[in-house]
Amino acid sequence: MMTNMVGALNNALELLLKENENVVLLGEDIGKDGGVFRVTDGLQNRFGEKRVMDTPLAESVIIGSAVGMAMAGLRPIAEIQFAGFMYLAFDQLVNHAARYRSRSRGRFTVPMVVRTPVSGGVRTLEHHSDNPEAFYAHIGGLVVVEPSNPYDAKGLLIAASHMNDPVVFLEPTKLYRLFKQEVPEEMYEVPIGKANLIQEGSDLSIITYGTMVPIVKDVVGKRKLSADVIDLRTINPIDESAIIKSAKKTGRVVIAHEASLSFGVGAEIAARIAEKAIFELSAPVVRVGSDSFPYPFPGYENYYIPNAKKISAAIDEVMNA
Amino acid sequence: MLKQVFDGTVSYLQILDENGNLDSSLMPGDITDDMLVQMYKYMSFARELDAKTLSLQRQGRAVTYAPLIGEEATQIGSALAMRKGDLFVPNFRQHGVYLVRGMPLDIIFLYWRGYEEGGAIPKEVGGFPYIVPVSTQLPHAAGVAFAQKYEGKDVAVVAYVGDGGTSEGNFYEALNFAGVFKIPLVTIIENNQWAISVPREKQSAAPTLAQKGIAAGINVIQVDGNDVIAVYKATRDAIENAKNGPTLIECVTYRLSMHTTADDPTKYRPEAEVEIWKKRDPIDRLRIYLKGKKLWNDDLEAKMQAENRKTIDDAVEKAEQFKPNPSGMFTNMYSFMPETLKEELDDAERNNFYQ
Repeated sequence: MMTNMVGALNNALELLLKENENVVLLGEDIGKDGGVFRVTDGLQNRFGEKRVMDTPLAESVIIGSAVGMAMAGLRPIAEIQFAGFMYLAFDQLVNHAARYRSRSRGRFTVPMVVRTPVSGGVRTLEHHSDNPEAFYAHIGGLVVVEPSNPYDAKGLLIAASHMNDPVVFLEPTKLYRLFKQEVPEEMYEVPIGKANLIQEGSDLSIITYGTMVPIVKDVVGKRKLSADVIDLRTINPIDESAIIKSAKKTGRVVIAHEASLSFGVGAEIAARIAEKAIFELSAPVVRVGSDSFPYPFPGYENYYIPNAKKISAAIDEVMNA
Repeated sequence: MLKQVFDGTVSYLQILDENGNLDSSLMPGDITDDMLVQMYKYMSFARELDAKTLSLQRQGRAVTYAPLIGEEATQIGSALAMRKGDLFVPNFRQHGVYLVRGMPLDIIFLYWRGYEEGGAIPKEVGGFPYIVPVSTQLPHAAGVAFAQKYEGKDVAVVAYVGDGGTSEGNFYEALNFAGVFKIPLVTIIENNQWAISVPREKQSAAPTLAQKGIAAGINVIQVDGNDVIAVYKATRDAIENAKNGPTLIECVTYRLSMHTTADDPTKYRPEAEVEIWKKRDPIDRLRIYLKGKKLWNDDLEAKMQAENRKTIDDAVEKAEQFKPNPSGMFTNMYSFMPETLKEELDDAERNNFYQ
């Protein structure tokens, strides 16, 4: 079927609900309304209020109750309406979802998924465009996933729900309806923890994910560059071997993400390259990110998010070094 | 127009008063003499266990510990009211609840010696691990209760929180969720009057903490938390009604000792207040009652104390033989072993960083 990311995610959720009676969906406005982005559209109608629940407007108990449900045998998939509202449940993710398995030495497991829209570029109000992946990746105990296209979104969400771990599933709003893709109608998994080498080349490596993927592909295509383009897909655990392999091959690396630069995922990747491939580099690693402050109001977002020009300049920098 | 649209009340239940007098009109029919003796024995054991752990901490053989002394009736009464399959979600002070539910003592000691193996609660205990950030466990309890209802099981979930915990957002979120979904959740406020150094009256302007449940549309009751019979009855009633929806029980008790071993209550709490509450001791009043009914005597007391000490000492010995397994920190992080984490584990083992 040809579908955008919203359709692919909706289809994944439908298949998961059909496959396993212990899968339940909970969140704000996900029932009749189908979620503010319509990712859960029609699912309550099909599977009933018992399995697709509108919860009270309270993020901590959405994620906290999902933790309890998961420990008691269900496989909850919670939706937090926007990543900027998920900080209200930060404690539940950091202190509990990430820790129950270790604090009980494996006696309790937390097979749950928390879906939330991330990233900007769609002119929304404050707090609706955050890029929080580094927070969640830093904790340990949480799996952090961020797809960049409909095919991966469906396969990663199915894989996430099949895992026996808490997964933070970040959905870039900008990519929800940006393009359509051929997506198989049946159940399939995209492996978690494995990056996707979108295209191969020999001159440089561009490591990216989420909203930056289509921009990077565009720049590489227009400039006819021979580049490895790696879409991480999973932030934690990071696919270090794919990164190091490519860095050693090309010797020149650009890392691009929408999240702000300082203390971000790019720093983690650059550090790992420094530890394992520095003598095979021909140029210093260059990072591209948003500027190092919180996401601005929508009037300023185009001055903030890395664009093709900024990515192109980074490529020049790494190629000319 | 101005009219009254809501009227809420909170009842207070006491069956055995501080002098050991029983209000037989309120005595639950299912409580036998044997059960009263069992309640007494469990409370005594909990106090002994508490004293032992405290002493181990003072000798450097246990980590920071949260004593339960004074709160035995709240914990033992509510735990005994649970049916076989019922589940519980504690905070960090409910050692007495674990005890009643059959938790091996050495596992309790492992927790207080600072090992996650102490959180591996055996399935038959029906409980979850200790939770430290107050009130954050209540959403988990709500989720566990939700799952019981979802699967059509006749199982109630009993969750514990302190008086200070009722000020947290998670408390309100969990109760509100419980009311909306009518889940089988019984929340027990172990109101011991002090949240470290902040007294009950500075925690909330509400005259009772139980009334906070009224706002969530759930059943509420306030109980003499030093009366094990009243706590038992209130919890049992709430559990039996759990299929119809949640209940909030405020147990009014008192923290006779410190918040934790890292705390010095003499800095903020008048000794005279403690003396008042010592006269309301949960164990003393039941002993008076049992002796009056010829169900207990000094010989039985001496025999019980000797047995308790032996049982506890054996468990301490077992816990102290425990050998930590540092690789367990790595292998219990995920259901799988990420390559990067494996590298950290291999590094540590190869270089013998554990030494």
